[in-house]
Amino acid sequence: MTVLTAHDLPRDGEKLKGVALHARLEKTWSRQPGLWAWLSDVDHKAIGRRYIVTAMVFLLLGGIASLVMRLQLAKPESGLISAQRYNELFTMHGTTMMFLFAVPVMEAMAVFLVPLMVGTRAISFPRLNAFSYFTYLAGGVLLWAAFLLNIAPDAGWFAYVPLSGPEFSPGKRSDIWAQMVTFTEVAGLCVAVEITATTLKQRAPGMSLARMPLFVWAALITALMTIFSMPAIALASGFLISDRLVGTHFYNPYEHGDALLWQHLFWFFGHPEVYMIFLPATGFVSHIVETFSRRAVLAYPAMVLALVTVGIIAFGVWVHHMFATGLPRLGFAFYTAATMAVSIPAGIQIFCWIATIWAGRPRFEVPMLWVVGFIVTFVLGGLSGVMQASVPIDLQVHDTYFVVAHFHYVLIGGAVFPLLGAFTYWFPKFTGRMMDEGLGKIAFWTAFVSFQLTFFPMHISGMLGMPRRIYTYPSGLGWEEPNLLSTVGAFAFAAALGLFLVNVFVSMWRGRVAGANPWDASGLEWAAASPPASYNFAHIPVVTSRTPLWDNRDALPVMTGLRVDDRELLLTTVMEARPDVREPSPEPSIWPLMSSLAVTVVFVSSIFTPWAVVLGLLPVGAALTAWFWPKGPVTPEPVIE
Amino acid sequence: MNMPVKFAGDLTELPTHAYGHRSLTWWGIIAFFAIEGTFFALAIATYFYLAGGEQSWPPAPFRPPSLLAGTLFTILIVASELPNTLLKRAAEKKDLRTVQKYLLAMSAVGFVLLVLRAFEFASLNVLWTDNAYGSILWALLFLHTTHIATDAGDTFVLTGLMFTRHAVEARRFVDVAENAMYWRFVWICWLPIYFLIYWLPRLIQ
Repeated sequence: MTVLTAHDLPRDGEKLKGVALHARLEKTWSRQPGLWAWLSDVDHKAIGRRYIVTAMVFLLLGGIASLVMRLQLAKPESGLISAQRYNELFTMHGTTMMFLFAVPVMEAMAVFLVPLMVGTRAISFPRLNAFSYFTYLAGGVLLWAAFLLNIAPDAGWFAYVPLSGPEFSPGKRSDIWAQMVTFTEVAGLCVAVEITATTLKQRAPGMSLARMPLFVWAALITALMTIFSMPAIALASGFLISDRLVGTHFYNPYEHGDALLWQHLFWFFGHPEVYMIFLPATGFVSHIVETFSRRAVLAYPAMVLALVTVGIIAFGVWVHHMFATGLPRLGFAFYTAATMAVSIPAGIQIFCWIATIWAGRPRFEVPMLWVVGFIVTFVLGGLSGVMQASVPIDLQVHDTYFVVAHFHYVLIGGAVFPLLGAFTYWFPKFTGRMMDEGLGKIAFWTAFVSFQLTFFPMHISGMLGMPRRIYTYPSGLGWEEPNLLSTVGAFAFAAALGLFLVNVFVSMWRGRVAGANPWDASGLEWAAASPPASYNFAHIPVVTSRTPLWDNRDALPVMTGLRVDDRELLLTTVMEARPDVREPSPEPSIWPLMSSLAVTVVFVSSIFTPWAVVLGLLPVGAALTAWFWPKGPVTPEPVIE
Repeated sequence: MNMPVKFAGDLTELPTHAYGHRSLTWWGIIAFFAIEGTFFALAIATYFYLAGGEQSWPPAPFRPPSLLAGTLFTILIVASELPNTLLKRAAEKKDLRTVQKYLLAMSAVGFVLLVLRAFEFASLNVLWTDNAYGSILWALLFLHTTHIATDAGDTFVLTGLMFTRHAVEARRFVDVAENAMYWRFVWICWLPIYFLIYWLPRLIQ
């Protein structure tokens, strides 16, 4: 065998730059035409876009479910839908929004943005990324196919036992819910692994941890929270399906199981999950505030510490979902204190953003408007959260519309508003075009006002005693007006989101063509073209500050020497990001899709027979082996001399 | 990249593979350790949660699991660290012959362990359908079985791979070294589970 030395291979540098380099890198990195290549694609930007679009489709479906419920509740004793259908709708709405929209869309934004923000050419484990997307899609399709087949889950998005157990939920509804969870957990954990490895090992030279963009910090903390919390729900739903399918007794009190075990495991995941939605949103806010205030975010170390603190406290508050279950008093005190403590790091972040805007020269363009809407709405939701941390108040409002109002304030105000701002802000990176400013402003103001109209009255109906998850109510209890207002608001809010989508579609075809950095932002993602080339960066950028594009306006320092005939990445050290190793990145492959299909067959058939788990090992093992088996000729470098 | 650039350094002389925390795969595996470790930790928490609701452990009239199969399994899996360490060292030195030899040995170990595991299920003295105690015992053993089955499968495939032309690539040796690291995690996870299934019921009976 000929042994090649490092200098025999084509690389970027003085001899290869500009148009010639672009052509060479495109040949190596870009996708071939055709369906097969599309299904085999491992580009994080393509996968990220698919993930985002799919999550948005689930947002629409979940939203339609909520509109039907709002129509039903618009007036007392409405006969529009049956109690059973109503149970299915609130289960589908919650499950879709939490498992198929909110968590995945935040992962999807990280999948698209993190490699660009840290200045690398690809995400770590790109095939795992493709596998994750297909698996997530399969889970979502399973849930909504069940709805169309009239076997939708109907025990709530939290599927409490004993209601969801074998005795009170015969049939397959709860099994479908449990396996949908398994799909999304597998997908979510894969993304968490990729984001962790990408942020720790693939940052541009010089981007030490102390210079890492705040969204990347948020994505890293979120990934770690995912790693330590998602196993709880996967284990819980595994126990549930085995209770239902093979007769175990984890949750069966007659055989010394325990129904509360479900709630502990569910909320050990479920509460961190809320912050897995919220922390990436705070990352969006930090970037938007910085760009539109035209100054670096104030108190960066405090912002990073706040993210870390929220991430840790998130694991110590799950019991506040269980105050009404009769736990020991000492537990009440501890979890009340922990829950109230969350407001300290959250408050620090809010003050830092306000101070940044105050100290900067703010421009109130559409992304910034969503941030302002976020700050107002999230603070309101946070305040009702602190109220409910107190056990007596919690017991009073438990399972009422007051709680519904609270968590829609923090989830929509705290995560969806920043997401829509982020979507507008990074739209040029997704598509190469700008979203329309006028339409964007109309959509924002309609959404902001109609949101308050929808959810503020729920505080009132809740305090008047209206319980959650009732399909209708008698007249004369004072619930009519707040419910009618909520319904009117819900349709106006849907119209606002519709307007946002119209803006997306119109702008995709007719929007102003964006340059690389249309907002004059500071992060590395704005050094890449809009939309970025398949290889992201022609040369690997070098970072010397937290705001590299603002501090190197004449010319961005870069490093040369990565191979251009192979998909090569630069690995750097974890703390200081010093250049360390060049490693090849995997080529496109159809096997992530095949593996995902094999896993889908196993998960879906395991709803019907436990033998699927055993027999399914063969196709899954075969597909994974084909995935990992090296293909093509032995690479010329690295070889052993 | 549309903005002007200035060349500030060159990466040509960097190595193209590295072992341990310098490699990307290592970080991926560490993340999977964290995921699987969390699974085990939560399953163990469930074990204690369910035990807390019982008057005795195991609940009467059940006997603790019989020791033979599980103990043989434990002795073998701990002893397998010797060939495993030798395998990891040989991979780091890129000594193909020795790597092949110990990969065959580790594949055999994986196979025997899977057979012993089948006997373990038969010696629990309780069925998963009997009560919650039986359910959690079977769950712990099942979880760990997926663990050894995964790594044994991985070892079988790597063994096959290292007898092909791909064995000249340096990165394949990194794969072998990291598979050896994973095996350490597999047997270290087993020790607390062995204690909880076989010994804790005997100690507090």
